[in-house]
Amino acid sequence: MSELGTRPLLPGTPGLNRGGAPGHPAAGHAGSGRSSAVDTTPSDRSTDVEGPARRLAPTLWALLVVVLLLLPFLPLVLASFSRAYFHPQVLPETWSLRAWALVLAPGAGTWAALRDSVVVALAVTAVSLVVAIPAGRVLGTRRFRGRRAVEVLLLLPVLVPGIAVAIGLHVTFLRLGLAGSLPGVVLVHLVPATPYVVLLSAGVFANADLGLEAQARTLGARPWQVAWSVTRPLVAPGLAVAALFGFLVSWGQYATTLVVGGGRVVTLPILLFASAAGGDVAVTAATALVHAAPALALLVVTARVLGRGTATLGGER
Amino acid sequence: MAQAWAWWRRDERVRTWAGLAPALLIVAVLFGGALWSALRTSLGIGGLGASGPSLEAYQRLLADPEFWPSVALTAHVAVTSTVLSVVLGVAAALLLRRVTIGRRTLTTLFQFDLPIPHVIGAVAILLLLGQSGFVSRLTASLGLTDSPADFPALLFDPYAVGVIVQYVWKEVPFVGIVALSVLRATGRDLEAAAATLGASSWQRFRYVTLPVLLPGVLSTAIIVFAFAFGTFEVPLLLGASYPAVLPVLAHQRYTDVDLASRPEAMALAVLTTLIVVMVVLVGVALARRAVRQAGT
Repeated sequence: MSELGTRPLLPGTPGLNRGGAPGHPAAGHAGSGRSSAVDTTPSDRSTDVEGPARRLAPTLWALLVVVLLLLPFLPLVLASFSRAYFHPQVLPETWSLRAWALVLAPGAGTWAALRDSVVVALAVTAVSLVVAIPAGRVLGTRRFRGRRAVEVLLLLPVLVPGIAVAIGLHVTFLRLGLAGSLPGVVLVHLVPATPYVVLLSAGVFANADLGLEAQARTLGARPWQVAWSVTRPLVAPGLAVAALFGFLVSWGQYATTLVVGGGRVVTLPILLFASAAGGDVAVTAATALVHAAPALALLVVTARVLGRGTATLGGER
Repeated sequence: MAQAWAWWRRDERVRTWAGLAPALLIVAVLFGGALWSALRTSLGIGGLGASGPSLEAYQRLLADPEFWPSVALTAHVAVTSTVLSVVLGVAAALLLRRVTIGRRTLTTLFQFDLPIPHVIGAVAILLLLGQSGFVSRLTASLGLTDSPADFPALLFDPYAVGVIVQYVWKEVPFVGIVALSVLRATGRDLEAAAATLGASSWQRFRYVTLPVLLPGVLSTAIIVFAFAFGTFEVPLLLGASYPAVLPVLAHQRYTDVDLASRPEAMALAVLTTLIVVMVVLVGVALARRAVRQAGT
C-alpha cells in the first residue's frame, strides 16, 4: 500500500510525480541547456574525429523534421494572403489582404466567435482551477486508500471520445434547458478539462517544497499568511501552466460544442469548420490562423512565466 | 462547531476526501451522468422513442452493414496513427538529443503543433495534401504531375491517409517531448557505461535506451490511441463518407431525422466508450508487465 502514493497511474509518465505533464509545453526548455557536459558519450567523441559533416548530420535531420512539422502552416499563410489562388500556382499570383479584411472586419462573425470561445474557455479554466487546487494538493502530496481509483476516474474523461460524452449529456441538457446555451457548453467542456487541470496540479504540488509551510507555521505565521506568502509563490507558476492547459482543452473543443451548442453557440472551431466545409479558401485560412494565434501566444507567455518561476524557486531554496 | 473543527483537524481521511470532492463531483455528475444517460437511452429506457428495456438498439447495430466496416476503419486509424506517432516520435527525440547547434530553438519549434486544435490541423492538411493542394502544386511545378487528378487521392480515401497524417503530425511532437523528458531525466551515464563496456550502438539502444524509454512511451501510446480512436472533426473533414469512423457514425445516427436512430447512436457511444476503457486498462496492465520485464 505504501508505494501507492508515489507510483503514477500510467507507469513512467512524467505526469504525477515529476510535474511535467505529457505534452508539457515547457518540458522541452526545462533542462535543454543543462546536460551539455554529460552529453558527449564515447561514441560521440569518436564521431568528432570523423569530421564536422558527421557531427552536423543529426542537426540537419532534426531541421528536416521541424520543417516537415511546420510545413502544413505554409499553405495556410499563403492562402490567407491570396486572391484566386488556383492549382498550378505554388505561390499566389495575386497577393491580397481581402480575406484578412473580411475576417477582421468590425461585425464579422469572427469577433462573435472569438468572444464565445474566450468566455467559454475562461469559465472552464476558472471552474477547473478552483476544484483542481484542493484536489491537486491531495493527489500530489497524500497517500490514501482509493488513490488509484481516483486517478482512473480522472483519466477516463480525458480519454473517452468527446462525442460519446456530448450526446449523452445533450439528452439531459435538452430537458434542463441547457442545450444550445453557453453554460451548457461550459459544462460539457469541463468533462475533459477539469481532470486534465487536476492531474497537472497534482504534479505541481508534488514538486513544490511544501515543507516551507511547516517552517512558516513554526515561526508563527497564521494560516492565511502561510497560504498567501509561502504556498502561493511556490505553486503559482505551475498552476498557471495547468490553467493554460485547461484553457487550451476548451479552446480546441469541436465535437462537444457542436452537439451541446447545437449550432447556436458558435465558437471559433465551429466557425472554422463551417468555413472549411464550404467556404472561401482564403477566408478559411485566415480564420484558422486567428484560431491558432492565441494558443501560440499563450504558450509563449506561459513558457516565460514558467522559466521565471522556476528560477525564483531555485533562488529561494 | 468546535467539535466539528476538532474532527476536521484530526481526521486525515476527511481532509483527503474533502479536497477531492469538488473535482470528483464534477466528473461524477457530468461524465458519469453522460454515460448513464447514454446507457439508458441505448437500452430504450426513458426519453424519446422509448420502448422499454431491451437490447434492440444493439441488435440493430450489429446487423447494420456499416457497423463492422466502421469498427475496422476506426481501429485502423487508431492503431496506424499510434504506431507511426510512437516510432517517429521516439526517433525524433533521439535525433533532437544529438543536435549540436541550436538545440533549444529546434526543440521549441518541434513543439509548435502541440497546442494547435485538431480542426486547424485538419484544415492545414486539407490545403496541403488535397489533389489541388500545396504538395500537388509542387509536384506539378516539378513536372511530376500534369493535373490535380494525377496526384494520388490522399484525402476522402478508403484508407483514411489524410486522417492518419493529421494525427501523426499532431502526436509526433507529443511522443517526442515525453521521450525527451524521460531521456533527460535519466541522463547519459548508463549509455556511456554500456559504451565503455563495448556495447555497439544498436546494443546500447536495445538494452539501455529502449528499456528506459519503454514505460513513458507505452503510456503515451495508450493516450494517442484513445485520442485517435475518438477522432471526430478530422475524419469529418478529411475522411471518406462511407464507412465513417465510429464517432462520426454515432453523430450521424444522433442527428438522424428518424428519432428511432437515437438509441443506436447511444449504443455506439456506449460501445466506443467500452472499447476505449478496455484498451486503456489492458494497455496499462501490459505496460506494467513490460516495465517489470525490462527491469529484470
